Amino acid sequence: MEPKASSASQPFWEATKEQKFLLPWCKDCEKPFWYPRVMCPHCLGESIEWKEASGQGSVYASAVHWKPGMPPAGDLKPPFVVSLIDLEEGVRMLSNVIGCEATDVHEGMSVKITWEKLSDGRFLPQFEPAS
Amino acid sequence: MSYDLREARGKAAIVGAIDAVSSTGVLEGSTRALEVAMIRGALEDAGLTIGDVDGIFACTGGMMMHSMELAEYLGITQPCWTDTTQTGGSSFEVLVEHAAAAITLGHCEVAVIVYAMNPRGARKSGGGGGMGGMGAAMAMMGGESPQMEWEMPYGLRMPMGGYAMSADRHMSQYGTTSEQLAQIAVSTREWATMNPNARYQDPLTIQEVLDSPLQCGPLHKLDCCLVTDGAGALVMTSAERARDLKKPAAYVLGTGTSHTHSMPSAMPDLTVTAGAVSGPKAFRMAGVTPNDVDVLEMYDSFTITVLLALEDLGFVKKGEGGPFVAEGVLGPKGSRPAQTNGGGLSYTHPGMYGMFLLVEAVRQLRGECGPRQIENAEIAVAHGCGGVLSSTSTVVLGTESTL
Ligand SMILES: [Zn+2]
Repeated sequence: MEPKASSASQPFWEATKEQKFLLPWCKDCEKPFWYPRVMCPHCLGESIEWKEASGQGSVYASAVHWKPGMPPAGDLKPPFVVSLIDLEEGVRMLSNVIGCEATDVHEGMSVKITWEKLSDGRFLPQFEPAS
Repeated sequence: MSYDLREARGKAAIVGAIDAVSSTGVLEGSTRALEVAMIRGALEDAGLTIGDVDGIFACTGGMMMHSMELAEYLGITQPCWTDTTQTGGSSFEVLVEHAAAAITLGHCEVAVIVYAMNPRGARKSGGGGGMGGMGAAMAMMGGESPQMEWEMPYGLRMPMGGYAMSADRHMSQYGTTSEQLAQIAVSTREWATMNPNARYQDPLTIQEVLDSPLQCGPLHKLDCCLVTDGAGALVMTSAERARDLKKPAAYVLGTGTSHTHSMPSAMPDLTVTAGAVSGPKAFRMAGVTPNDVDVLEMYDSFTITVLLALEDLGFVKKGEGGPFVAEGVLGPKGSRPAQTNGGGLSYTHPGMYGMFLLVEAVRQLRGECGPRQIENAEIAVAHGCGGVLSSTSTVVLGTESTL
């Protein structure tokens, strides 16, 4: 299933068309947050600034999907892995780790961003081994 | 000046408790018909009538306004308390907490809490499904859902994928093993062999759990709860009124509720649930410690759910749940008997299992459990967990001797 952009995440999805990975930062408390919201979940601040992220992170936890439910947006056949990625900037996001065996993905593994084309010109951020 | 919760200890009680499950997993009849049967049964169990009921608690069974739709159907026209709080599987512990508070403060005197779902029966007849109007509610909301935007596109299987990530993290952080998780399913099955209503009653081995297919690794099929039909109801009233009723009451000694997130990618720490808040709060109000607990009924949607609950409630230190359960302590011969009806893993699981934790806790305190009865049971804990390890609610119950 392809993601439906919300009003709060419009800038994020627009930038993916150029494969730019933006994170929302709060101008009031100067912290990044994930997922995009109409306000900052640390302080309820409404001044949000989008900054490009490094795309580097490490794996926090994974689930190897041998028997998936709904099909993912990307072209993935089971077993594929769904992981939580701790980004360098200090937020955690859910994604797929591709480009290696699903069962080889492990906690602490360094990953970097890669892009999966969606049907409307946007790209879905995914991750692959950094080395 | 704030109210000291400890003053509410033992002021309300569960006085009627009933459930309906089937060893085939299928119950006949609509969810509404099942709800009516459960309410009738629970009132009869308590020695009360529908005319006594002035508090109505339901969070499934209708389309949106569950307690209103149910009350109208039952012919209850002027309840003093209405409650449709929905926190997934922990909802019924939350509703017991709300009912106890409402009764203690005098808002209502006799509360009915009910649940029915027939995912199997509905599947067979091609109707409805088990989510209690959730599909309709989602369609009405129309707009935006963080989960549809940030989780579903990655194929995260709901809810199992979230639990699998949690198990994975517990393993990498604390060295917990698949064998240790499997032992939870095995111990729970030992209880089910003594329950003629349980869906699965044949003994289970660790190897059988490990040999069952991986669904979302590291969780195997037999790490996961059942999908069955099921229904239940509770009747609650004040401690004063409880003393004159038909059966021994289960007094509400303490309650606590919290939640950490809704969708699993927003869980702050995959190895710590809201039980670390709801449990200690309930114990403090009850004036008991984990050591005082005779009967422990923990939500077991997955084996990892139990492991985390044991740690968060303080039955074992954080991270040490694996070696603790590996000794078989949760089984009938163990030192920490738990899920004594066979649990969501082997007894029944219609989607929101919390009702059955409470019904079994009451039965144990009354001494009604036959071969699986825990001797001299005086203090019981029902610990619900809803969403994807998202919400927890802990209820401490006690016999009259604990007041
Ligand atoms: Zn802020």
